[in-house]
Amino acid sequence: MRRRDVLFGAIAILVIWQMAALIVNEPILPGPIEVSRAFIEEMRGELPQHFLVSTWRVVASVLLAVALAAPAGLILGQSERLNRLFSPLVYLLYPIPKVVLVPVILLLFGIGDFPKIIIIFLILFFQILVLVRDSAASIEPKTLLSVRSLGAGRRALFRYVYLPASLSAILTALRQSVGTAVAVLYIAELFATQQGLGYYIYLNGNTLFDYPAMYAGVVAMSLLGLGLYFTVDRLEHRLTPWKFVE
Amino acid sequence: MIVLESVSFAYPEHDPVFVNLNWEVARGEAWAVLGPSGCGKTTLLYLLAGLRHPTSGVIRIDDQEQTGPRPRTGLILQDYGLLPWATAYKNVTLGLQIRRFYGPDGKHVMLPVHHPRYECLCSTIFLRLSLIQQEYKYPAQLSGGQRQRVAIARTLALNPDLLLMDEPFSSLDAPTRESLQNLTFELRAEEDLTTIIVTHAIEEAAILGEKIMILNQPPNYQPVFIKNPDAGQVDYRHRPAYYEMCTKLRQHLEVNQ
Repeated sequence: MRRRDVLFGAIAILVIWQMAALIVNEPILPGPIEVSRAFIEEMRGELPQHFLVSTWRVVASVLLAVALAAPAGLILGQSERLNRLFSPLVYLLYPIPKVVLVPVILLLFGIGDFPKIIIIFLILFFQILVLVRDSAASIEPKTLLSVRSLGAGRRALFRYVYLPASLSAILTALRQSVGTAVAVLYIAELFATQQGLGYYIYLNGNTLFDYPAMYAGVVAMSLLGLGLYFTVDRLEHRLTPWKFVE
Repeated sequence: MIVLESVSFAYPEHDPVFVNLNWEVARGEAWAVLGPSGCGKTTLLYLLAGLRHPTSGVIRIDDQEQTGPRPRTGLILQDYGLLPWATAYKNVTLGLQIRRFYGPDGKHVMLPVHHPRYECLCSTIFLRLSLIQQEYKYPAQLSGGQRQRVAIARTLALNPDLLLMDEPFSSLDAPTRESLQNLTFELRAEEDLTTIIVTHAIEEAAILGEKIMILNQPPNYQPVFIKNPDAGQVDYRHRPAYYEMCTKLRQHLEVNQ
Protein backbone atom coordinates (compact mmCIF):
# COMPACT_ATOMS: atom_id res chain seq x y z
CA MET A 1 0.00 0.00 0.00
CA ARG A 2 1.20 3.52 -0.79
CA ARG A 3 2.13 5.85 2.05
CA ARG A 4 -0.20 8.53 0.73
CA ASP A 5 -3.15 6.14 0.95
CA VAL A 6 -2.26 5.20 4.52
CA LEU A 7 -2.04 8.88 5.46
CA PHE A 8 -5.39 9.53 3.82
CA GLY A 9 -6.95 6.65 5.78
CA ALA A 10 -5.51 7.99 9.05
CA ILE A 11 -6.94 11.45 8.38
CA ALA A 12 -10.35 9.93 7.57
CA ILE A 13 -10.37 8.00 10.86
CA LEU A 14 -9.46 11.16 12.83
CA VAL A 15 -12.23 13.16 11.12
CA ILE A 16 -14.86 10.46 11.80
CA TRP A 17 -13.67 10.18 15.40
CA GLN A 18 -13.91 13.95 15.92
CA MET A 19 -17.40 14.03 14.40
CA ALA A 20 -18.54 11.13 16.60
CA ALA A 21 -17.14 12.92 19.67
CA LEU A 22 -19.06 16.08 18.79
CA ILE A 23 -22.31 14.18 18.24
CA VAL A 24 -22.06 12.00 21.39
CA ASN A 25 -20.77 14.90 23.48
CA GLU A 26 -20.10 12.77 26.59
CA PRO A 27 -16.87 12.30 28.65
CA ILE A 28 -16.77 8.63 27.54
CA LEU A 29 -15.83 9.71 24.00
CA PRO A 30 -13.28 12.53 23.97
CA GLY A 31 -12.12 13.84 20.56
CA PRO A 32 -8.70 13.11 19.02
CA ILE A 33 -7.25 16.49 20.04
CA GLU A 34 -8.05 15.94 23.70
CA VAL A 35 -6.73 12.37 23.53
CA SER A 36 -3.53 13.54 21.80
CA ARG A 37 -2.98 15.99 24.62
CA ALA A 38 -3.57 13.21 27.18
CA PHE A 39 -1.32 10.86 25.21
CA ILE A 40 1.58 13.33 25.26
CA GLU A 41 0.97 13.90 28.96
CA GLU A 42 0.85 10.17 29.73
CA MET A 43 3.96 9.51 27.70
CA ARG A 44 5.82 11.57 30.27
CA GLY A 45 4.38 9.33 32.98
CA GLU A 46 3.94 5.58 33.22
CA LEU A 47 2.58 4.83 29.75
CA PRO A 48 5.99 4.09 28.11
CA GLN A 49 6.70 1.51 30.80
CA HIS A 50 3.39 -0.27 30.11
CA PHE A 51 3.99 -0.01 26.39
CA LEU A 52 7.40 -1.65 26.69
CA VAL A 53 6.06 -4.47 28.86
CA SER A 54 3.28 -5.22 26.33
CA THR A 55 5.71 -5.02 23.42
CA TRP A 56 8.06 -7.44 25.13
CA ARG A 57 5.24 -9.92 25.79
CA VAL A 58 3.97 -9.91 22.23
CA VAL A 59 7.44 -9.96 20.60
CA ALA A 60 8.56 -12.80 22.87
CA SER A 61 5.43 -14.77 21.93
CA VAL A 62 6.05 -14.19 18.23
CA LEU A 63 9.68 -15.31 18.46
CA LEU A 64 8.78 -18.37 20.51
CA ALA A 65 5.97 -19.31 18.13
CA VAL A 66 8.19 -18.96 15.04
CA ALA A 67 11.02 -20.88 16.72
CA LEU A 68 8.78 -23.86 17.57
CA ALA A 69 6.03 -23.84 14.95
CA ALA A 70 8.18 -23.32 11.84
CA PRO A 71 10.40 -26.40 12.33
CA ALA A 72 7.37 -28.48 13.41
CA GLY A 73 5.45 -27.35 10.31
CA LEU A 74 8.44 -28.13 8.09
CA ILE A 75 8.79 -31.63 9.54
CA LEU A 76 5.06 -32.38 9.15
CA GLY A 77 4.99 -30.89 5.66
CA GLN A 78 7.91 -33.02 4.51
CA SER A 79 6.79 -36.30 6.02
CA GLU A 80 3.46 -37.65 4.86
CA ARG A 81 3.51 -40.32 7.55
CA LEU A 82 4.04 -37.91 10.46
CA ASN A 83 1.49 -35.54 8.99
CA ARG A 84 -1.10 -38.32 8.84
CA LEU A 85 -0.35 -39.11 12.46
CA PHE A 86 -0.60 -35.56 13.78
CA SER A 87 -3.11 -33.93 11.46
CA PRO A 88 -6.22 -35.07 13.43
CA LEU A 89 -4.72 -33.46 16.53
CA VAL A 90 -3.93 -30.22 14.71
CA TYR A 91 -7.32 -30.34 13.00
CA LEU A 92 -9.11 -30.47 16.35
CA LEU A 93 -6.91 -28.00 18.23
CA TYR A 94 -6.54 -25.35 15.52
CA PRO A 95 -10.11 -23.99 15.59
CA ILE A 96 -10.40 -23.82 19.39
CA PRO A 97 -10.43 -20.12 20.33
CA LYS A 98 -7.34 -20.09 22.53
CA VAL A 99 -8.49 -16.95 24.33
CA VAL A 100 -10.98 -19.04 26.33
CA LEU A 101 -7.99 -20.76 27.89
CA VAL A 102 -6.82 -17.53 29.56
CA PRO A 103 -8.23 -18.40 33.03
CA VAL A 104 -6.82 -21.93 32.85
CA ILE A 105 -3.37 -20.77 31.81
CA LEU A 106 -3.34 -18.08 34.47
CA LEU A 107 -4.25 -20.66 37.09
CA LEU A 108 -1.60 -23.06 35.82
CA PHE A 109 1.25 -20.59 35.36
CA GLY A 110 0.38 -17.90 37.92
CA ILE A 111 1.34 -14.25 37.67
CA GLY A 112 4.14 -12.68 35.67
CA ASP A 113 4.89 -12.48 31.96
CA PHE A 114 5.03 -16.18 31.21
CA PRO A 115 1.27 -17.02 31.14
CA LYS A 116 0.60 -14.00 28.88
CA ILE A 117 3.35 -15.05 26.51
CA ILE A 118 2.00 -18.61 26.48
CA ILE A 119 -1.53 -17.51 25.51
CA ILE A 120 -0.38 -15.44 22.52
CA PHE A 121 2.12 -18.12 21.63
CA LEU A 122 -0.67 -20.73 21.43
CA ILE A 123 -2.62 -18.65 18.92
CA LEU A 124 0.40 -17.88 16.73
CA PHE A 125 1.79 -21.39 17.02
CA PHE A 126 -1.15 -23.04 15.29
CA GLN A 127 -1.44 -20.34 12.62
CA ILE A 128 2.24 -20.68 11.71
CA LEU A 129 2.27 -24.47 12.06
CA VAL A 130 -0.64 -24.95 9.68
CA LEU A 131 0.58 -22.47 7.06
CA VAL A 132 4.19 -23.71 7.09
CA ARG A 133 3.05 -27.34 6.99
CA ASP A 134 0.72 -26.70 4.06
CA SER A 135 3.28 -24.67 2.13
CA ALA A 136 5.94 -27.36 2.60
CA ALA A 137 3.49 -30.10 1.62
CA SER A 138 2.30 -28.23 -1.46
CA ILE A 139 5.74 -27.81 -3.02
CA GLU A 140 5.47 -29.33 -6.48
CA PRO A 141 7.09 -32.79 -6.65
CA LYS A 142 8.56 -31.67 -9.99
CA THR A 143 10.28 -28.74 -8.32
CA LEU A 144 11.83 -31.11 -5.80
CA LEU A 145 12.87 -33.57 -8.48
CA SER A 146 14.42 -30.92 -10.69
CA VAL A 147 16.40 -29.51 -7.75
CA ARG A 148 17.45 -33.02 -6.76
CA SER A 149 18.62 -33.62 -10.33
CA LEU A 150 20.98 -30.65 -9.87
CA GLY A 151 22.68 -32.60 -7.11
CA ALA A 152 20.69 -31.47 -4.07
CA GLY A 153 20.47 -33.86 -1.15
CA ARG A 154 18.31 -33.36 1.93
CA ARG A 155 20.30 -30.43 3.30
CA ALA A 156 20.37 -28.49 0.03
CA LEU A 157 16.67 -29.13 -0.53
CA PHE A 158 16.03 -27.66 2.89
CA ARG A 159 18.27 -24.65 2.23
CA TYR A 160 17.10 -23.83 -1.31
CA VAL A 161 13.49 -25.06 -1.37
CA TYR A 162 11.85 -25.68 2.00
CA LEU A 163 13.37 -22.73 3.84
CA PRO A 164 12.36 -20.01 1.33
CA ALA A 165 8.91 -21.58 0.96
CA SER A 166 8.35 -21.65 4.71
CA LEU A 167 9.76 -18.16 5.24
CA SER A 168 6.97 -16.88 3.06
CA ALA A 169 4.40 -18.93 5.00
CA ILE A 170 5.71 -17.69 8.36
CA LEU A 171 5.38 -14.07 7.31
CA THR A 172 1.89 -14.61 5.88
CA ALA A 173 0.84 -16.30 9.14
CA LEU A 174 2.27 -13.43 11.17
CA ARG A 175 0.61 -10.78 9.04
CA GLN A 176 -2.72 -12.54 9.48
CA SER A 177 -2.37 -13.02 13.21
CA VAL A 178 -0.57 -10.02 14.77
CA GLY A 179 -3.93 -8.25 15.12
CA THR A 180 -5.39 -11.18 17.02
CA ALA A 181 -2.22 -11.41 19.08
CA VAL A 182 -2.58 -7.82 20.31
CA ALA A 183 -6.31 -8.32 21.01
CA VAL A 184 -5.54 -11.39 23.10
CA LEU A 185 -2.72 -9.51 24.82
CA TYR A 186 -5.34 -7.03 26.02
CA ILE A 187 -7.49 -9.81 27.53
CA ALA A 188 -4.47 -11.50 29.10
CA GLU A 189 -3.34 -8.26 30.70
CA LEU A 190 -6.65 -7.74 32.44
CA PHE A 191 -5.76 -10.46 34.92
CA ALA A 192 -3.05 -10.98 37.50
CA THR A 193 -0.77 -8.12 36.48
CA GLN A 194 -0.16 -4.46 37.18
CA GLN A 195 1.81 -3.87 34.05
CA GLY A 196 0.99 -3.71 30.36
CA LEU A 197 -1.37 -1.69 28.21
CA GLY A 198 -4.38 -3.95 28.91
CA TYR A 199 -4.04 -3.28 32.63
CA TYR A 200 -3.45 0.43 31.97
CA ILE A 201 -6.57 0.81 29.81
CA TYR A 202 -8.76 -1.09 32.25
CA LEU A 203 -7.40 0.80 35.27
CA ASN A 204 -8.02 4.23 33.74
CA GLY A 205 -11.38 3.34 32.18
CA ASN A 206 -13.05 1.27 34.86
CA THR A 207 -11.40 2.26 38.12
CA LEU A 208 -10.12 5.84 37.77
CA PHE A 209 -12.67 6.92 35.12
CA ASP A 210 -9.93 8.99 33.49
CA TYR A 211 -11.22 8.60 29.93
CA PRO A 212 -8.58 10.67 28.10
CA ALA A 213 -5.86 8.58 29.81
CA MET A 214 -7.75 5.40 28.92
CA TYR A 215 -7.83 6.50 25.29
CA ALA A 216 -4.11 7.31 25.46
CA GLY A 217 -3.71 3.62 26.35
CA VAL A 218 -5.96 2.60 23.47
CA VAL A 219 -3.86 4.72 21.10
CA ALA A 220 -0.68 3.13 22.47
CA MET A 221 -2.13 -0.36 21.95
CA SER A 222 -3.21 0.56 18.40
CA LEU A 223 0.29 1.88 17.71
CA LEU A 224 1.71 -1.39 19.00
CA GLY A 225 -0.56 -3.37 16.66
CA LEU A 226 0.19 -1.08 13.73
CA GLY A 227 3.92 -1.16 14.43
CA LEU A 228 3.93 -4.95 14.44
CA TYR A 229 1.82 -5.10 11.30
CA PHE A 230 4.07 -2.64 9.46
CA THR A 231 7.17 -4.51 10.62
CA VAL A 232 5.84 -7.82 9.27
CA ASP A 233 4.74 -6.08 6.08
CA ARG A 234 8.21 -4.56 5.58
CA LEU A 235 9.87 -7.90 6.32
CA GLU A 236 7.58 -9.61 3.83
CA HIS A 237 8.49 -7.12 1.10
CA ARG A 238 12.17 -7.39 1.90
CA LEU A 239 12.47 -11.15 2.41
CA THR A 240 9.90 -12.40 -0.11
CA PRO A 241 9.98 -9.79 -2.89
CA TRP A 242 8.89 -12.38 -5.48
CA LYS A 243 5.36 -12.31 -4.07
CA PHE A 244 4.94 -8.66 -4.96
CA VAL A 245 6.15 -8.59 -8.56
CA GLU A 246 3.76 -7.75 -11.34
CA MET B 1 27.19 -43.82 -23.58
CA ILE B 2 23.93 -45.10 -22.02
CA VAL B 3 23.19 -48.79 -21.72
CA LEU B 4 20.02 -50.27 -20.27
CA GLU B 5 20.32 -53.98 -19.61
CA SER B 6 17.12 -55.89 -18.87
CA VAL B 7 15.70 -52.95 -16.95
CA SER B 8 12.39 -53.53 -15.19
CA PHE B 9 10.58 -50.96 -13.16
CA ALA B 10 7.31 -50.82 -11.26
CA TYR B 11 5.93 -48.25 -8.82
CA PRO B 12 5.01 -49.88 -5.50
CA GLU B 13 1.66 -51.67 -5.71
CA HIS B 14 1.33 -50.96 -9.43
CA ASP B 15 1.75 -53.01 -12.58
CA PRO B 16 5.23 -52.87 -14.11
CA VAL B 17 6.02 -49.94 -16.43
CA PHE B 18 9.05 -51.62 -18.03
CA VAL B 19 9.92 -55.29 -18.25
CA ASN B 20 13.38 -56.36 -19.44
CA LEU B 21 13.96 -53.19 -21.43
CA ASN B 22 17.20 -53.07 -23.42
CA TRP B 23 18.39 -49.85 -25.00
CA GLU B 24 21.66 -48.27 -26.10
CA VAL B 25 22.38 -44.62 -26.73
CA ALA B 26 25.68 -43.58 -28.26
CA ARG B 27 27.43 -40.33 -27.34
CA GLY B 28 26.18 -37.33 -29.29
CA GLU B 29 22.94 -38.92 -30.43
CA ALA B 30 19.63 -37.07 -30.43
CA TRP B 31 16.82 -39.33 -29.24
CA ALA B 32 13.12 -38.74 -28.95
CA VAL B 33 10.94 -40.99 -26.84
CA LEU B 34 7.40 -40.88 -28.13
CA GLY B 35 4.29 -42.34 -26.57
CA PRO B 36 0.83 -41.64 -25.26
CA SER B 37 0.18 -40.25 -21.77
CA GLY B 38 0.85 -42.81 -19.05
CA CYS B 39 3.18 -44.94 -21.17
CA GLY B 40 6.14 -44.42 -18.82
CA LYS B 41 8.09 -41.81 -20.80
CA THR B 42 8.68 -39.59 -17.80
CA THR B 43 9.51 -42.60 -15.62
CA LEU B 44 12.17 -43.57 -18.16
CA LEU B 45 13.65 -40.08 -17.86
CA TYR B 46 13.65 -40.28 -14.05
CA LEU B 47 15.45 -43.63 -14.30
CA LEU B 48 18.08 -42.10 -16.58
CA ALA B 49 18.43 -39.09 -14.27
CA GLY B 50 19.03 -41.37 -11.29
CA LEU B 51 15.93 -40.10 -9.48
CA ARG B 52 14.31 -43.55 -9.58
CA HIS B 53 16.02 -46.92 -9.51
CA PRO B 54 15.20 -50.01 -11.58
CA THR B 55 13.49 -52.84 -9.73
CA SER B 56 15.83 -55.13 -11.64
CA GLY B 57 18.44 -54.74 -14.37
CA VAL B 58 21.19 -52.17 -14.72
CA ILE B 59 21.52 -48.68 -16.18
CA ARG B 60 25.06 -47.68 -17.10
CA ILE B 61 26.12 -44.24 -18.18
CA ASP B 62 29.74 -43.91 -19.33
CA ASP B 63 30.34 -47.41 -17.96
CA GLN B 64 29.29 -46.30 -14.49
CA GLU B 65 26.30 -47.97 -12.92
CA GLN B 66 23.63 -45.40 -12.18
CA THR B 67 23.00 -45.11 -8.44
CA GLY B 68 21.84 -41.51 -8.09
CA PRO B 69 21.83 -38.17 -9.93
CA ARG B 70 24.98 -37.84 -12.03
CA PRO B 71 26.80 -34.47 -12.02
CA ARG B 72 26.87 -34.13 -15.82
CA THR B 73 23.30 -35.18 -16.53
CA GLY B 74 20.94 -32.23 -17.01
CA LEU B 75 17.20 -32.72 -16.51
CA ILE B 76 14.60 -30.27 -17.79
CA LEU B 77 11.06 -30.99 -16.74
CA GLN B 78 7.68 -30.04 -18.12
CA ASP B 79 6.65 -26.75 -16.50
CA TYR B 80 10.32 -26.03 -15.98
CA GLY B 81 10.75 -26.79 -12.23
CA LEU B 82 12.02 -23.25 -11.53
CA LEU B 83 11.98 -21.86 -8.01
CA PRO B 84 9.36 -19.08 -7.88
CA TRP B 85 11.22 -17.21 -5.13
CA ALA B 86 14.52 -17.02 -7.01
CA THR B 87 15.40 -14.57 -9.78
CA ALA B 88 16.37 -15.91 -13.21
CA TYR B 89 20.02 -15.44 -12.22
CA LYS B 90 19.60 -17.34 -8.94
CA ASN B 91 17.71 -20.09 -10.74
CA VAL B 92 20.43 -20.43 -13.36
CA THR B 93 23.18 -20.57 -10.74
CA LEU B 94 21.21 -22.93 -8.48
CA GLY B 95 23.12 -26.06 -9.45
CA LEU B 96 26.44 -24.27 -8.90
CA GLN B 97 25.25 -22.94 -5.55
CA ILE B 98 24.19 -26.42 -4.50
CA ARG B 99 27.59 -27.83 -5.42
CA ARG B 100 29.36 -25.04 -3.57
CA PHE B 101 27.04 -25.65 -0.63
CA TYR B 102 28.27 -29.22 -0.31
CA GLY B 103 31.89 -28.50 -1.19
CA PRO B 104 34.07 -31.19 -2.76
CA ASP B 105 32.31 -34.11 -1.07
CA GLY B 106 32.88 -36.54 -3.90
CA LYS B 107 29.18 -36.95 -4.56
CA HIS B 108 27.98 -33.50 -5.61
CA VAL B 109 31.42 -32.51 -6.90
CA MET B 110 31.53 -29.95 -9.68
CA LEU B 111 32.86 -30.96 -13.07
CA PRO B 112 35.20 -29.97 -14.58
CA VAL B 113 37.31 -29.26 -11.54
CA HIS B 114 38.78 -26.00 -12.87
CA HIS B 115 35.58 -24.18 -13.49
CA PRO B 116 35.68 -20.51 -14.54
CA ARG B 117 34.18 -18.12 -12.04
CA TYR B 118 30.53 -18.77 -12.38
CA GLU B 119 29.56 -15.13 -12.83
CA CYS B 120 31.45 -15.09 -16.16
CA LEU B 121 30.11 -18.48 -17.13
CA CYS B 122 26.55 -17.41 -16.41
CA SER B 123 26.75 -14.16 -18.31
CA THR B 124 27.94 -16.13 -21.35
CA ILE B 125 24.97 -18.48 -20.96
CA PHE B 126 22.54 -15.60 -20.50
CA LEU B 127 23.87 -14.03 -23.68
CA ARG B 128 23.68 -17.31 -25.60
CA LEU B 129 20.09 -17.95 -24.53
CA SER B 130 18.95 -14.36 -25.18
CA LEU B 131 18.21 -13.80 -21.51
CA ILE B 132 20.19 -10.59 -21.07
CA GLN B 133 18.19 -8.07 -19.02
CA GLN B 134 16.05 -10.86 -17.59
CA GLU B 135 18.56 -11.79 -14.85
CA TYR B 136 16.79 -10.07 -12.01
CA LYS B 137 13.26 -11.00 -12.94
CA TYR B 138 11.32 -13.68 -11.09
CA PRO B 139 9.80 -16.62 -13.03
CA ALA B 140 6.34 -15.05 -12.66
CA GLN B 141 7.59 -12.04 -14.63
CA LEU B 142 8.92 -14.10 -17.54
CA SER B 143 7.07 -15.47 -20.55
CA GLY B 144 6.73 -19.24 -21.02
CA GLY B 145 9.54 -19.27 -23.58
CA GLN B 146 11.84 -17.25 -21.32
CA ARG B 147 11.12 -19.55 -18.39
CA GLN B 148 12.03 -22.53 -20.53
CA ARG B 149 15.25 -20.77 -21.57
CA VAL B 150 16.08 -20.22 -17.89
CA ALA B 151 15.51 -23.93 -17.24
CA ILE B 152 17.85 -24.80 -20.11
CA ALA B 153 20.40 -22.23 -18.92
CA ARG B 154 20.31 -23.72 -15.41
CA THR B 155 21.23 -27.09 -16.84
CA LEU B 156 23.91 -25.72 -19.20
CA ALA B 157 25.58 -23.92 -16.29
CA LEU B 158 26.58 -27.34 -14.96
CA ASN B 159 28.40 -28.19 -18.18
CA PRO B 160 26.34 -31.29 -18.95
CA ASP B 161 27.13 -33.96 -21.52
CA LEU B 162 23.65 -35.52 -21.36
CA LEU B 163 20.45 -33.51 -21.58
CA LEU B 164 17.16 -35.13 -20.60
CA MET B 165 14.02 -33.16 -21.45
CA ASP B 166 10.44 -33.98 -20.47
CA GLU B 167 7.84 -32.41 -22.78
CA PRO B 168 9.89 -29.24 -22.60
CA PHE B 169 8.04 -27.19 -25.18
CA SER B 170 4.52 -28.57 -24.94
CA SER B 171 2.96 -25.51 -23.30
CA LEU B 172 4.53 -22.95 -25.64
CA ASP B 173 3.07 -21.22 -28.67
CA ALA B 174 4.19 -22.48 -32.10
CA PRO B 175 6.84 -19.83 -33.00
CA THR B 176 8.44 -20.00 -29.53
CA ARG B 177 8.37 -23.79 -29.69
CA GLU B 178 10.08 -23.83 -33.08
CA SER B 179 12.76 -21.36 -32.00
CA LEU B 180 13.51 -23.43 -28.88
CA GLN B 181 13.60 -26.65 -30.90
CA ASN B 182 16.19 -25.02 -33.16
CA LEU B 183 18.08 -23.79 -30.13
CA THR B 184 18.16 -27.33 -28.71
CA PHE B 185 19.81 -28.58 -31.89
CA GLU B 186 22.30 -25.72 -31.97
CA LEU B 187 23.25 -26.28 -28.35
CA ARG B 188 23.64 -29.98 -28.96
CA ALA B 189 26.21 -29.26 -31.67
CA GLU B 190 27.98 -26.51 -29.70
CA GLU B 191 28.19 -28.31 -26.38
CA ASP B 192 28.62 -31.83 -27.76
CA LEU B 193 25.52 -33.01 -25.96
CA THR B 194 23.65 -36.26 -26.07
CA THR B 195 19.96 -35.37 -25.93
CA ILE B 196 16.94 -37.46 -24.99
CA ILE B 197 13.64 -35.72 -25.32
CA VAL B 198 10.39 -37.24 -24.14
CA THR B 199 7.21 -36.12 -25.83
CA HIS B 200 3.66 -37.10 -26.74
CA ALA B 201 3.78 -34.81 -29.81
CA ILE B 202 4.52 -36.66 -33.06
CA GLU B 203 5.79 -33.50 -34.78
CA GLU B 204 8.21 -32.76 -31.96
CA ALA B 205 9.60 -36.30 -31.99
CA ALA B 206 10.10 -36.05 -35.77
CA ILE B 207 11.90 -32.69 -35.47
CA LEU B 208 14.13 -33.49 -32.49
CA GLY B 209 14.82 -37.20 -32.71
CA GLU B 210 17.46 -38.56 -35.05
CA LYS B 211 16.42 -41.82 -33.45
CA ILE B 212 12.97 -42.35 -32.06
CA MET B 213 11.75 -44.86 -29.50
CA ILE B 214 8.01 -45.50 -29.42
CA LEU B 215 6.54 -46.69 -26.15
CA ASN B 216 3.17 -48.38 -25.71
CA GLN B 217 0.83 -48.56 -22.80
CA PRO B 218 2.72 -50.38 -20.05
CA PRO B 219 4.15 -52.84 -19.50
CA ASN B 220 6.77 -52.04 -22.18
CA TYR B 221 8.76 -55.12 -23.25
CA GLN B 222 9.86 -54.35 -26.76
CA PRO B 223 9.67 -50.72 -27.83
CA VAL B 224 9.77 -49.79 -31.52
CA PHE B 225 12.92 -48.01 -32.71
CA ILE B 226 12.84 -45.77 -35.80
CA LYS B 227 15.71 -43.96 -37.51
CA ASN B 228 15.16 -40.39 -38.58
CA PRO B 229 18.61 -39.26 -39.78
CA ASP B 230 17.47 -36.00 -41.36
CA ALA B 231 16.16 -34.53 -38.11
CA GLY B 232 17.91 -31.33 -37.16
CA GLN B 233 18.78 -30.34 -40.69
CA VAL B 234 17.89 -26.83 -41.74
CA ASP B 235 14.33 -26.64 -43.11
CA TYR B 236 13.64 -30.29 -42.32
CA ARG B 237 10.24 -29.29 -40.97
CA HIS B 238 9.23 -28.04 -44.45
CA ARG B 239 10.38 -31.11 -46.39
CA PRO B 240 8.21 -34.02 -47.59
CA ALA B 241 10.46 -36.43 -45.65
CA TYR B 242 9.35 -34.76 -42.41
CA TYR B 243 5.66 -35.22 -43.24
CA GLU B 244 6.29 -38.84 -44.20
CA MET B 245 8.06 -39.41 -40.89
CA CYS B 246 5.09 -37.90 -39.01
CA THR B 247 2.73 -40.21 -40.87
CA LYS B 248 4.92 -43.19 -40.09
CA LEU B 249 5.07 -42.34 -36.41
CA ARG B 250 1.32 -41.78 -36.29
CA GLN B 251 0.72 -45.20 -37.83
CA HIS B 252 3.00 -46.85 -35.28
CA LEU B 253 1.20 -45.14 -32.41
CA GLU B 254 -2.22 -46.12 -33.80
CA VAL B 255 -1.16 -49.71 -34.34
CA ASN B 256 0.15 -49.92 -30.81
CA GLN B 257 -3.03 -48.53 -29.35
